[in-house]
Amino acid sequence: MSHVAPENNAGEYALSFNDLKVTFETSGPLVHAVKGLSLAVRPGEVVALVGESGSGKSVTSTAAMGLLPSNANISGEAKIGNVNVVGLEQGKMRKMRATDIAMVFQEPMTALNPVLTIERQLTEALELHGLAYGKAATQRAIELLEMVGIPEPDKRIKQYPHQFSGGQRQRIVIAMAISCDPKVIIADEPTTALDVTVQAEILDLLRELKDRLNTGILLITHNMGVVADMADQVAVMFQGSLVETGRVDQVLLHPQHPYTQRLLAAVPRLSSASITAENEPHSAQTAPAGRELVLEAKDLVLEYNMRGKIFRAVEGVSFDVAKGEVLGIVGESGSGKSTIAKAVIGLLPVAEGSLSVKGHNLPKLSPKQARVVRKQIGVIFQDPAASLNPRFPIGECITEPMVVHKVGTKASRIKRAEELLDAVKLPRNVINRYPHELSGGQRQRICIARALTLNPELLIADEPTSALDVSVQAVVLEMIQELQRDFNFACLFVSHDLAVVDMLADAVVVMRSGKAVEQGMVKNVLHAPTHDYTKRLLAAAPVPDPHAQAVRRDAWRVLNKTK
Amino acid sequence: MSNLNGKIPQDLTSIAEVEDAKLAAATEQSKSQSKIVLERFLKHKPAMISSVILVVITVIAFTSVGFGPIPGWWKLSYLDAGSVVNGGKPTLSLIPTWLGGSGITIGDHPFGQDSVGKDYFALVMNGAQKSIIIGVVVGAVATFLGAVIGAVAGYFRGWVDEVLMRITDLFIVIPLLVLAAVLGQIAGRSSGSIFALALVLGLVTWTGLARLVRGEILSLREREYVSAAQAMGSRTSRVIFKHLLPNTIGVIVVNATFAIAGAILLESSLSFLGFGVQPPESSLGLLISQYQNAFLTRPWLFWWPGMIIVVIALSVNFLGDGLRDAFDPRQSGKRRRPRAGLFALPTRKEKP
Repeated sequence: MSHVAPENNAGEYALSFNDLKVTFETSGPLVHAVKGLSLAVRPGEVVALVGESGSGKSVTSTAAMGLLPSNANISGEAKIGNVNVVGLEQGKMRKMRATDIAMVFQEPMTALNPVLTIERQLTEALELHGLAYGKAATQRAIELLEMVGIPEPDKRIKQYPHQFSGGQRQRIVIAMAISCDPKVIIADEPTTALDVTVQAEILDLLRELKDRLNTGILLITHNMGVVADMADQVAVMFQGSLVETGRVDQVLLHPQHPYTQRLLAAVPRLSSASITAENEPHSAQTAPAGRELVLEAKDLVLEYNMRGKIFRAVEGVSFDVAKGEVLGIVGESGSGKSTIAKAVIGLLPVAEGSLSVKGHNLPKLSPKQARVVRKQIGVIFQDPAASLNPRFPIGECITEPMVVHKVGTKASRIKRAEELLDAVKLPRNVINRYPHELSGGQRQRICIARALTLNPELLIADEPTSALDVSVQAVVLEMIQELQRDFNFACLFVSHDLAVVDMLADAVVVMRSGKAVEQGMVKNVLHAPTHDYTKRLLAAAPVPDPHAQAVRRDAWRVLNKTK
Repeated sequence: MSNLNGKIPQDLTSIAEVEDAKLAAATEQSKSQSKIVLERFLKHKPAMISSVILVVITVIAFTSVGFGPIPGWWKLSYLDAGSVVNGGKPTLSLIPTWLGGSGITIGDHPFGQDSVGKDYFALVMNGAQKSIIIGVVVGAVATFLGAVIGAVAGYFRGWVDEVLMRITDLFIVIPLLVLAAVLGQIAGRSSGSIFALALVLGLVTWTGLARLVRGEILSLREREYVSAAQAMGSRTSRVIFKHLLPNTIGVIVVNATFAIAGAILLESSLSFLGFGVQPPESSLGLLISQYQNAFLTRPWLFWWPGMIIVVIALSVNFLGDGLRDAFDPRQSGKRRRPRAGLFALPTRKEKP
């Protein structure tokens, strides 16, 4: 390893790894998850461990917590302060958790126990480690909640996790992590499950806390924007090895290793937007004449029936997509963006308004006619692991639309599958393989192939890349763009990622709690937004450039104050 | 995939490329899920031993006394009475003479004779046949009904689910034995055929599987491949039978084996109580019931059918265990732990 190993005066480090190696025994060959990693976190410093899935970044952090499963073999050193935790017996390790090393998990809903009050969960660590008991512990817990910005902590401490919003839950998890004043906090993708605006708030909180408590933070993330926002030092992992370490501006702005260079190049970026300036309201969408409309929604209302209670997920949204165009729908979770996609593919009935595909109004069609219309719609879903039937070989997955609509013979179907595999750049022999043999990105390409089997007029893509790694996302996005050029279909692209929409779409609808707050051409909406919400969304999305991100962070704070 | 490491270029700098290279270099035969499951099952020793035992019992039961019009190789019939030889004691001996036994011989009546001189081996084999038929037919009927009812209830939800599940509850609240006894007698009276009895038992034992399959389908139907199938315009029947049910096969197969074991025991209980198979036909439960008074004087009349019931039921259960481990290896609870010190065994990494 060419990287600078932490020197022997380990005392000044909150957490340090020295030549850490982790291998897993599996039923197959040994899996080398971490191949000799050396890294150090100083108190009050944020070190970002960056990498894509399978790079070993989470294994590294789990090794430091002593939580690896029993089939893992660990060698080397992982020191918390001066104590090497590799091979440390369970009892001693347990005493160190929470007081010396704490963790913030990715998914706050599952990190909190749903049947215990926040009070019980917060005081648990305090009492276990003998720091405070009874009333004193509760008092300390209330202080902690106040510190992480939960309003009315003395009342809310009696509540259960489901009574808090996602962002608040993550704040509570952070409060638990800092409850025993640990030397170092491992934050494993702390904002991945959150919306961008909430993410910005949580990052602000983490930054403030580490300055106040002088805690070291090992931030594990795949999001380069978060790195630029938070980190002092960056370590890039690839296939179990550290490929590059350095100061954040050095690594993000002048990457040395080709992997880092390509990773950064793959991150979709928002082109500059004037967030702070007051923009002129853009004139109504000036649609060029002669557009061949494929999908048209007018005053669309969509409702969920939740045990008799009607919940309006989408209210009065109008948009249209013409042949060869891409319409992006952006919004945070709960904005109703995926609900629209669901309605178009017929999984949800239209409550009011019209939704027409090539002039056929979907709510008015008989099931038989609807089936014919659906032939012209291809769908790509979010989760590549769940969107292919695990019992179908790839060939059958791709040709299933042909089977359903009774198109072609066996031979012509196989031929079509091979063509489509070529189109998504996968080897033809994949046809007889099964989904579990492919990686996430490859499966998503299979989904794209399946969506295109019947040459659809309309492609619905519901967050097609949000479960993928950055570099894989780049490949898939490029592929969608290329195929759209070749096949000239209309595309409805649902995403939470403004940068992806900026890159792909012609027009965009910004949604918030079921309503379209702003819509129009991408160059207007995303580059000169007029609505406050769009501005906040744009400001909250972090960019992988520490200097630019510092500017955006300030803009975000200004916007939030005026809110 | 260790054999790939040599073929993948080492200088790749993108996950996407690494994955594609791995896929391109993958030469091993791709395996379907069912094949992987089969391989795991074949490695499960108790299940394999059980399968062998089951096959042996089945083959002997059906070939020895014959089935229906087809004659068997055993010289005596289970219907003919004869003179009781040597108090009807079994002539089977497995202890060789040099150990003080009477040598390995089968003799005329290996399992002995009953009080009227019927050959007990023929009777027991005939009973075993009945048990096996009952097990297989009940397993098939109950599995089919349970899977379809559970799948329909889970897929459609709403009032369909309500109606089907309340019917299921109805079957569950009535004690199974009572229900089976009443229906079994009606079936037994009207046709006297073992198949009618099996069919009836199948009609009352599908409930557990229906509930399990329903739960499984409720979670599977939210998967995106189901949405994808619906979105491309698949008919409901295709979604249920092509996409949903095959993915619950683990639950179904495992429970089918337990249903078979349960049915064999249920038939034995019914026949023991006199509600199942009627004489002169015999069944294992009936044999035990007929000779329960002879347990102290002629214990073999109890032990032979009793042992066969236990062996069949145990084997089927082990088979189910093996299938469950094969379908869901995480459930088996067996994990290789690193051993240390004196008892260290060579692990994989120490081998060359």
